[in-house]
Amino acid sequence: MTASLRVVDAAPRAGAAAPLIRLSGVALDLGDRRIINGLDLDLGRGEFVCVVGPSGCGKTTLLRLLSGLVQPSAGSILRDGRPIDGPAQDVAIVFQDYGRALLPWRSVAGNVSLALEAARVPRAERASRIAPLLAQVGLGNHADKYPAELSGGMQQRLQIARCLAQRPAVLLMDEPFGALDAMTRQSLQDDLLALVRRHGTTVLFITHDLEEAIYLGDRVVALRANPGTGASSLAQDIAIGLPHPRDQLSTREHPEFLRLRRFLFDFIQEPRP
Amino acid sequence: MIRAIGPRLRGLLLPLLALAAAEAAMRASGAQSDAFARPTEILRAMWTAAQDGSLAAASAQTLGNALLGLAAGGGIGLVLGLWFGASSRAGRWSALTVNLLRPLPSVALVPIAMLAFGFGYRMESAVVAFTCVWPMLMFAQDGVARVEPRLVEVARVLGLGGIRRAWKIVLPAALPRIFVGLRLSLGIALTIAVTTEIIANPMGLGYGLAMAQQSLNPALMLALVIWIGVLGWAANAGLLWLQARLFARRGVRA
Repeated sequence: MTASLRVVDAAPRAGAAAPLIRLSGVALDLGDRRIINGLDLDLGRGEFVCVVGPSGCGKTTLLRLLSGLVQPSAGSILRDGRPIDGPAQDVAIVFQDYGRALLPWRSVAGNVSLALEAARVPRAERASRIAPLLAQVGLGNHADKYPAELSGGMQQRLQIARCLAQRPAVLLMDEPFGALDAMTRQSLQDDLLALVRRHGTTVLFITHDLEEAIYLGDRVVALRANPGTGASSLAQDIAIGLPHPRDQLSTREHPEFLRLRRFLFDFIQEPRP
Repeated sequence: MIRAIGPRLRGLLLPLLALAAAEAAMRASGAQSDAFARPTEILRAMWTAAQDGSLAAASAQTLGNALLGLAAGGGIGLVLGLWFGASSRAGRWSALTVNLLRPLPSVALVPIAMLAFGFGYRMESAVVAFTCVWPMLMFAQDGVARVEPRLVEVARVLGLGGIRRAWKIVLPAALPRIFVGLRLSLGIALTIAVTTEIIANPMGLGYGLAMAQQSLNPALMLALVIWIGVLGWAANAGLLWLQARLFARRGVRA
C-alpha cells in the first residue's frame, strides 16, 4: 500500500518554479510501526499550506520532519535542493501547548530575547528588536509581564513573537489556535495572515478545523491513514482560490468557501470537532 | 477581643497560653524538678545567657558549623544531582550507591569524623556536610529530570545546545526544586550540628545544652532548647520569604 491516493485539483502554484521544500517518498518508522508512508509534498516559497486529517494521522510527525527534529526513515526532504539534517535558525515552530513552550521565569520581553540570544544577537541590539516584535503581535504594553500573568491568547501571541524573532523563512504551526476560544482564535487568524503576508513567510499550519484550514490556506493538504498499514499518506491537495485579504464574514460566506468545506467535510468524514 | 490581635499574631496565642498555664501550675504545686523549670525561670536564664554573650558565641559556633557543612555538602550534592539528572546514564550508574549511602544515619559517622578530624568545627561540619549531600542531590536530580520536555524541544529548535541550554533552560527550570532541597538541607544541617555537639563536640549550643543538663540547670537547658527552636524557625522563615520573592511571578508551576 505504498501508492498514495492523489485526487483532483492539482494545485496551480504561485511562482510554480522550484519549491522551497520538497518531500519525496518520505516514510517514517517509530519502533516497528510505520507512521508515514510514501509522502510527496511541495511547499512553494511564501505559500500558506494547511494540513488537515483525523487525530493520530501523523500531522505533528510531518511537522517534526520538516523542522529537522526527526529524520525520515526513507525518502528525502530537500530545502532549496539540500537535505534538512537538523533544526535551522530560520525555521520556527509554534506549538499548541503555549503554556509549556514559554519560560515561566522570564518576562514577555525575556521570552522573545531567548530567540535572539540563541542567534547570538549582541545584547545592545536585542532591546531594539524586541519592542517592534511585541508591537506586531499586540503585546507592546506587556513587555514586563510574566507568562503566568497573561491570558491563553496572549501567551500564544508571545510564542509567535518569539518565533518571529528568528526571522523565519519557514513557520511551522501545530494546531496553534486549537485551545483558544472562538473570538480570540479569529483575531489571531487575521493577525497571523497579515504578518506572514508582510514577511513573505512560508507557513505549514496544522489544524483539525476544516474551516480554519480553508480560511487561512493557499492550499489545504489532507492526510489519512491507509486502512491496511495504518501509515499515513497524502490523500488530498487542494488549491484554495479564495481572494485576499480574507475576511471573517465575507470569506466564510463565499460560495467557494462553502463548496470547499462541503468537499473536504465529505472527504474527511469525521464528526466536526 | 481576639479579632483585635490581627491574624498574623494569633498563632502566638496558643504557646503563650500554654506557658502561662505551665507557670501557674508549677507555682501552685510548688514542685522542684531537675528536668523542668518555670517559664519565668527559663526566661531569666535566657536573658542572662544573652547578657553575658555566651548565647551569641554558642549560636555563632553552631550556625557557623551548620552553614559550613551545608555549603560543602549541599554544593557537592547540587553538582552531583545536576549531573545525574542531566545524564540518565550517570543517574542509573549512581542510583545504587546513592541509595546505599543515603539512609546511613549521619550520627553514626561521628566516631569516624572524630578520628579523622579530632574535636572542633571540621569534624562537626564534615558530619553536617555528609547529611546535606543527599537532599540536595535528590532534589537537584529530580528538578533536572523533570524539566518540561517541550522547553528542551524549544531549545533544540532555536539551536541552543550544550552549556547554553543548561544555563538558559535546564538550570532555571530546576531552580524551584533545588531551592526546596536547600530549605530542607538547612533544617537538617542545624539538627545534625546540635546533635553532634550534644554527643561529642565540645562547642556550640548543643554542648551548652549538655553542660546545663549535667550541672542540673533545667532553666538554662530549656532556654537553649527554645532558642534552638527559634533559630530553626527563623532560618526556614527566611528561606520561605526568599523563595516567595524569587518565584512569585512564575505562576502555579513554581
